[in-house]
Amino acid sequence: MTTVRARLAVPTVAATPRRALVLGLALAAVVAFLLFRGQWTLPHDDDYFLFRILNGVRDTVEANRTVLEPVRAGVAGLVGLFDDLLASLGWPGVIAAATAIGLIFGGVRVALLALVGFAILGSLGLWESSMAVLAMMLVAVLLALGIGLPLGIIAGRSERVSAALSPVLDFMQIMPTLAYLTPITLLFLIGVAPSVIATLIFAVPAAIRITALGIRGVPAETVEAARSLGATEMQVLTKVLLPLSRRPVGLAINQTIMLALSMVVITSLIGAPGLGRNLQNALSKVDVGASFDAGIAIVILAILLDRLTNAAGEWLDPRERAARHGPRWVTIGAALVLVVVGLAIPFVVNATVFPDTFAVSFREPVNALVDWFTSTFHAITIGIKDVATTLVLNPMESVLTTAPWWLVVGSITTLAWYVSGRRAAIVVATCFALIIGLGLWEHSMATLANVVLGTLLTLGIGLVVGILSARHDRFRSFLRPVLDAAQTLPAFVYLIPALALFNPTRFTAIVAAIIYALPPVIRLVDVGIRSVSETVVEAATASGATQRQLLWKVQLPMSRHALLLAANQGIVMVLSMVVIGALVGAGALGYDVITGFAQGTDFGKGLAAGIAIVLLGILLDRITQAAGARRQAGMETAG
Amino acid sequence: MRHTIVGRYLAVSLVTLLIVAGCAKSSGGTAAPATAGPSAGGAAPTEQASSGASAGAATCTGSGDKGTVQLMINQWVGAEANVAVAQCLLQQMGYKVTTNTLAEEVAWQGFSTGEVDVILENWGHPDLEKKYITDGKQATDVGPNGVTGIIGWYVPAWMVEKYPDITDWNNLNKYADLFKTSESGNKGQFLGADPTFVQYDEALISNLGLDYKVIFSGSEAATITAFQQADKNKTPLIGYFYDPQWLLNEVKLDQVKLPPYTPGCDADLKKVACDYPPYVLNKIARTAWLDKGGDAVTFVKNFSWTNADQNEVADYVTNGNMTAEEAAKKWLDAHPDVWKAWLPKS
Repeated sequence: MTTVRARLAVPTVAATPRRALVLGLALAAVVAFLLFRGQWTLPHDDDYFLFRILNGVRDTVEANRTVLEPVRAGVAGLVGLFDDLLASLGWPGVIAAATAIGLIFGGVRVALLALVGFAILGSLGLWESSMAVLAMMLVAVLLALGIGLPLGIIAGRSERVSAALSPVLDFMQIMPTLAYLTPITLLFLIGVAPSVIATLIFAVPAAIRITALGIRGVPAETVEAARSLGATEMQVLTKVLLPLSRRPVGLAINQTIMLALSMVVITSLIGAPGLGRNLQNALSKVDVGASFDAGIAIVILAILLDRLTNAAGEWLDPRERAARHGPRWVTIGAALVLVVVGLAIPFVVNATVFPDTFAVSFREPVNALVDWFTSTFHAITIGIKDVATTLVLNPMESVLTTAPWWLVVGSITTLAWYVSGRRAAIVVATCFALIIGLGLWEHSMATLANVVLGTLLTLGIGLVVGILSARHDRFRSFLRPVLDAAQTLPAFVYLIPALALFNPTRFTAIVAAIIYALPPVIRLVDVGIRSVSETVVEAATASGATQRQLLWKVQLPMSRHALLLAANQGIVMVLSMVVIGALVGAGALGYDVITGFAQGTDFGKGLAAGIAIVLLGILLDRITQAAGARRQAGMETAG
Repeated sequence: MRHTIVGRYLAVSLVTLLIVAGCAKSSGGTAAPATAGPSAGGAAPTEQASSGASAGAATCTGSGDKGTVQLMINQWVGAEANVAVAQCLLQQMGYKVTTNTLAEEVAWQGFSTGEVDVILENWGHPDLEKKYITDGKQATDVGPNGVTGIIGWYVPAWMVEKYPDITDWNNLNKYADLFKTSESGNKGQFLGADPTFVQYDEALISNLGLDYKVIFSGSEAATITAFQQADKNKTPLIGYFYDPQWLLNEVKLDQVKLPPYTPGCDADLKKVACDYPPYVLNKIARTAWLDKGGDAVTFVKNFSWTNADQNEVADYVTNGNMTAEEAAKKWLDAHPDVWKAWLPKS
């Protein structure tokens, strides 16, 4: 009782002195900045000793790489197997098989979707590329699930394993995709095998996390009940835990596939065949239309795989299956007919090349549209860029890079302490120490300025659009497909239009990051506001609250947790675009990663920059995540 | 209930059958129905039966199975042009050709894995040459490809009309204000290149005492878009560019004269104060592949053409809306005198 009262007392009694303290500290920081500006800075040095040490490590690894040759050969062999399988089916076989799978698991609608979707891949002239992606993805997903599901089950049952795995998974998820292509080419060289391994590393954390969540979600009483009836550990797992977490496991498979697809495109940079290469070729010709075709093919593949795995996941649930209408033999019969027909077609027509009778391409209209759009809005967008850069970005970057390092570290650590508590402050200080140790202070500060502006803009736009979407059903249904496409369309597609509108600048990178990070933020805001209970909203309306009062006094405060989660996700996603942003002029850490990947002499710097991005990510994540948790806890005790 | 569902399945099957029938009619109408595999090399030629490499350039297919050649395509269109022409001729000679598009550093690794046989256009890279040719012996220099690479500082042609003396580096400080952007602060902006390219502009600017700041575009696509926009909107831009490059057929750029290159003036990249050297672009092949010998090796050794040849093919691909293969065929038809010399004499 006393503890609760004490905790309740803190905000009311201590608020005034604490606020004064914060104000005083902020003032002191400003004075210190003005006094010591330009001193104790840590300017960038390309010849930092650590970079050279990492180069040395690289040479040693290169000399001993043969150890890993079996892994490389094994993975490559597996992909070859799937390649051959898809090739032997030919396009009619693959389409028929996909349609049959859709029919059995999801019914007629899913089957039709599969049929039409795969046919479009062919008529875009991208059949071979799509199949190459599919084969690599299937292998990556199989391996990711082979590793991820068992690990997830173990992590779900043991707190200790879960705690040990968590930071590793954090690291894997925040590390920018391009940054770990460097160490992977070092270990596995180029081609299909390293691409599959990179994809696997990218996709496996989701598989582990969601599976663990599912296992943990099984009520403890159910497990106890099974044990008391004399079930062995194995029986508990196979008869209780797994059947009861079918849906989360289905979701894990689904998410693994989605992540793998987004990564497999990027691996074209290390020699993976497929749609990623089409995108890259289009990019080198600055041909937005051609890259749009390839991008659409990727979106279609994503939709198909999403719907098919979702359908399969639901089918796994016996209740769901029982609720279906129609006799099974008809389904299976129709599926069989489809497959037989599909396999028979190769005897009639050439099945290796998709007929170009149905050829479609969005290339010309898209190029025309982009030309019109960029030349019409160029002047306006350049103005926006100039204003944002000179008023916000440049001052922020200059403060962060010219202030003494101890002032930046001290201020942000104190901020972390204030909003998120001591543990967060310790993590933040450690991350800063490591960044300084990596010799990348200046570039990290420049990147931090970009990420902060990108996140603020993302949250601002996300909040407005999310609120609109939560309050207008029609707007929401219009928005949904747009968000779906924005989430699956590879960033490479919209980089060129962004360049034409904003020139190669840091702001262009920020725009790309906003497009990438907005969909989840909008969704979270929308869900947060919608989940405020009906009765509360009705009560407020009944007591005479206006729409505006309802929003500001009821809906937004009550969905605070979802909003903080949105902020957190926004930061992580903006950060994950840092490297891609460097392709359009962002410079700083992202550029270091790309040079490290491209030039042998910069390997060490690139690797260090990749790690620095992860450290920035952990730092920002801890500040916002802990703030969310703290507020939530505060509200619960207060209420 | 049951009837409607059966009906739906029937409808789906019918639709499938119809589509299948459509396809069969379109592509299989005249072809023999027996073979389904990729082996049918003889099905395609319509104009003439090509037998061996001596035949015309009308098709890029040939008979015979002399093995596979793995050609590497660098990420620029000129390199795609090299490969398209070589691929067409090698296929006529009876080889199967696989291609791979890779960043330069990554491509050289392919020599040690056996995934790349030939790079048809190499721009310098002394560090890689040392690692894979001198030390590793995994790759061998097979001579120039005939194209000369010119790296330098370029401005859009409209700027030269307006400020005629801008092409001399001595006058660049005078114009620094023109090039100021939101990125470069109070200095002029110099647009730096794709990070994979050979470059030392930051050192050049500081050693020549120029009032400019290098802003890296980050990719070739970004540089090209920037020059296109600078031409279209008449906005000032100075940056790193190179010839051969397809953009030069679309947008006119002029080179700024830097202190001339003398051998050795770029020895210490921290003190460099001279223009980039002209790059005699060369071909690199995997040593083990060369040792196998054969017509393809002779062909690769002989392969040599000019900047104009390469730009012609690259222009067909980029601005002429052709596939690489169509562009190669068009060039091959027009220049038999050039490519006949590459073929092995038999």
